Order: sequence, then C-alpha cells, then structure tokens
Amino acid sequence: MNETSDSAPSGRQPGQVPAPQAVSAPVAAPPVLVFRNVSIQFDGPSVLQDVTFSLAPTETRILLGPTGVGKSVLLKLTNGLLAPDRGCVQLFGEDISRMSEDKLFPLRARTGMVFQEGALFDSLTVRDNVAYQLIGEGVPDEEIDQRVHEALRFVELDATFALFPGSLSGGMRRRVAIARALIHQPELLLYDSPTGGLDPITSTTIIELIVKERDVLRTPALLVTHRLQDAFTMCTHRFDTEQNRMVPLPEGQTDPNTTFLMLDEGRLIFDGSLHDLIHSENKFVREFLE
Amino acid sequence: MAIHMIERTGKQLVLTMQEYSLFVYSAVTNLFRPPRYWPDFLIQSDIIGFGSAFIVLLSGFFTGGVLALQSAATLSEFGATAMTGRFVSLTMIRELGPVLTGIMVSGRNASSMASELGSMVVTEQIDAMRALGVDPLRKLVTPRLFACISMLFFLTIVADAFGIVGGGAVTVFMSGQDGTQYFSSAWEALRYPDILQGLVKPLFSGFIIASIGCFYGMRTTGGTQGVGRSTIQAVVTASVLIIFVDFLVTRVMLGLFPPL
Repeated sequence: MNETSDSAPSGRQPGQVPAPQAVSAPVAAPPVLVFRNVSIQFDGPSVLQDVTFSLAPTETRILLGPTGVGKSVLLKLTNGLLAPDRGCVQLFGEDISRMSEDKLFPLRARTGMVFQEGALFDSLTVRDNVAYQLIGEGVPDEEIDQRVHEALRFVELDATFALFPGSLSGGMRRRVAIARALIHQPELLLYDSPTGGLDPITSTTIIELIVKERDVLRTPALLVTHRLQDAFTMCTHRFDTEQNRMVPLPEGQTDPNTTFLMLDEGRLIFDGSLHDLIHSENKFVREFLE
Repeated sequence: MAIHMIERTGKQLVLTMQEYSLFVYSAVTNLFRPPRYWPDFLIQSDIIGFGSAFIVLLSGFFTGGVLALQSAATLSEFGATAMTGRFVSLTMIRELGPVLTGIMVSGRNASSMASELGSMVVTEQIDAMRALGVDPLRKLVTPRLFACISMLFFLTIVADAFGIVGGGAVTVFMSGQDGTQYFSSAWEALRYPDILQGLVKPLFSGFIIASIGCFYGMRTTGGTQGVGRSTIQAVVTASVLIIFVDFLVTRVMLGLFPPL
C-alpha cells in the first residue's frame, strides 16, 4: 500500500502532543481530546502506562492492538467513564481526570459512544433507545419521531423503529447503537470494537456507516479495533454521496484525516499515518501487521 | 497467612461499608435535586406495590391463621381463649406483619432489582446510560428506593389487616369461638404506640430492600454468573438486615413507649 501525497512521511512520535501555538501563528483549532501521560491500574499490573496522544477536530484515529491490551479502558477514560490514576485527560478543552460525575454528564452528552455489543436498553423500543437523550431533554414527541427516523435512515434501519432490541441481529444492534450515538449530533464519536464478533459482510456494512459518518458529518472519532482489515478499509475508502456507498480511493491514496495509534502491554507504541504504520520498524507493529 | 486473610477481609468489609454509605447518600439526596424521574417512581411503585400485594396478602392471612391456631391451644390451658384476638392483632401489627412483609418483598424485589441492574451492568447498559449523560443512580436507584419505602408501608397495612382476618377465620371456623369477641378483643388491645411501631418498621425494611438490592446490582462483576451471585447476596443480606433492624427498632420503640 502506498503513501498518499497528503500524509507526512515522518508522522508523530508516540506520546507527542501538538505544542501550543504562538500568538502570531495561524490559529489552529485546539484538539478535541488530549491524553497526557495517562496511567491506570486495577487490581493487577498497569492497564495503561504513560499514554499520550491527541485528537484534532477533523481527525479519525484508529486505535489498534490485540485483545486485552487496554483499548476499551482507554476509550472509557476518554469520556470519564473511568478516571486515570495518573496523568490528564482533556475533553473539549476541559480536564476531566478529577472531574465529579455531576460535571461530567453534560460533557458526556456532547460525545457519542458505540459500545462493543451495542449496549441497547433491552426494555425500550428502538425508537426509545435512539431517542434516549432527546426524551430526557423533554423534546416534543413529533420532533423525536422525525429525528429518530432521520437517524435510522442514516444507518438504513428505518423499518426497525417500533421493534425491541431483542428481535434484532448483532449487526442491526450495532447500527442502532450508531444511530443512538449520532442523533444528538455529537462533537466526538467513540467506537468500541464496532465490528467485533460480526461476519465479514456485516462488518463491512458497519465500516461503511463509520466512513459515511466520517465523510458526510465529519465528526472527529476515536475507533478501537483489533481488526486490521477494518482499519485499512477506512483509510483506503471514502463515502460517495451520489452513489450512496463506500468507494475505494484512487490507487496510492489514503484518507489524510484517518491516522493510527497502537497499544502494546498498556503502552502506546505507535502514533502516525497508515504509511508510517506500514513502514514502522517496531517489532511488535511488524508482527501485528504480518 | 491467616492474619493476612483477616486483614484483607476486614479491609474489604470497611470498603464495602464506605461504598454503600456513599451510594445511599447519593441515592437519597438525588430526590432533592432535579432532574427527578417521577414516571419511573410510579412504574416502580406499581411493580413493587401492586406486584407484591397478592403474596403479601396470602402470607399475612395464613400467618394470622397459624398464630390463632397455635395460641388457641396454649391459651385454652389458662382458660383465656378470649384473648386470641388480642394476641393475634398485637403480634401481627407490632412484629410479624412488618417483618414478614419485608422478607417476602425482599425475596421478590431485592432479587429482581439486583438481577435487573446487574444484567444492565454486565451488558454495559449502565455505562451506555452514563455515556448518554444520564445518571444511573438518579434514573434507576432513587425511584426504586422511594417507591419501595412508600409501598412497603402500605403492604404492611395489608398484611396486618389480612393477618387479623386470617386469625379471625381460624378462630371462628376451626376453633368455634365467637367472631365478635375475637375482633373486639383484637381492637381493644391496640394502642397508638403499637401501631406506630408497626408502621415505622416497614420504612426501614423498604429502605434496606431497595438500597441493598440496587447496591449489589450496581457492583456486579463477572458476567451472568456474577448476576446470580449478586442476586443471592442481595436477598440474604436484605433479609438478615431486616430482622436485625427490626430488633433495634423494637428495642428503641419499647424504650420510648414502655408497655403498660
């Protein structure tokens, strides 16, 4: 796979966060998310150690790593579902590392999260699941129905409006979860292994939706996966709104806003573009790719 | 090795108590700050109150009947069968009504709360709720807590009433005694402190059932096996605590209102 002309060949060093801009320099949008030397430990050894990276407003970052390496934990640190033992997590410019749960709720409401198994509420219909935040905010029923239909059309599941999650397949549940994450027009999307446990065709459908979201709505996202194929598909495809489907980028091009992170034994060992990933000399990265 | 084990168990116990205290504090104080989920309170009141009414009614009725049967035999030795109504009403209202209702509702509702919330934890629904900006304590625990306290109060009255009726049925139809005598004896024996004692206890039992059920549910780990474990722990802990707190409340109430 070749390098796109837009991608810098050098990439970032793992742990490197963009330095603050000088006053006279062109104003760059501040990162949506910053991790600085974040570590967390449960009963056993450290799950994450000194993790440092950032996520720019138009960026989609794919976090790679084998199962059990701490990817989901990192994602839960992102919106404060877990608090780090050391280091700092900044979400939308606010340090959430020591923030109380009450103050975190409004910040979390500005993010959308797709959980590994969808995490839909079993006792609620698809309509009520997707509209969960809107119902809580007291939005009128007519507006809720309209917005839920829009969100379900985006994931091409409008027919499931009145169904319960129990009657949906695994892939459909993930798509409903994506609709639920999107309905509130989040400023950051978090995907926790959205294709885990799905067959290749359904996985491609889910990845197509994520690419559609990236290219149409342009929301910054952090996606966790251990499936290289999904990551490469995201990087080498774009969503064509005229054909309403995902199409490959021209030979040798990759999406410049889709970059990679890789975890190994709780440490961030790679941070860079697809080109940097493919040409990395790191032994673990090479093994993972091969 | 043994000392380490005792130390670890002791620390775990203190940590659990601390977590439970913080959990209960948040659940209670949530009622005084918006948002409040009144529809959830009504749904839970229906599930706990109406849903448990039948088992509480039956257990109250037959407990009253058993009390009448057992007491009639003993009282007849002293020629005091006329006191059956007094014995049944005082025992039901002061002690057995509140305790039995608490244990029956604990078996039904502490288990359902622990398993429902535990399932939500292991399927990440609780995390999803938090990620959507909704406080699960406020949405799930506070309505259950206050619904359980208020419904247990009324369920205890139902159990007391049907216990006295059950005792009356046995006294009249099986022991062949006079019904008017039974009910007038039951009524005349009652004093306000007896009723107060009987109606204070369900407030504590309701609090224990919901807080313990939700607490064990929300700290579930270990998948479906963990849900089963949480359910068992919730029912056992709630039942033992109900009896223990009943003892404490009885002691305090007897101290405040000594028997004549």
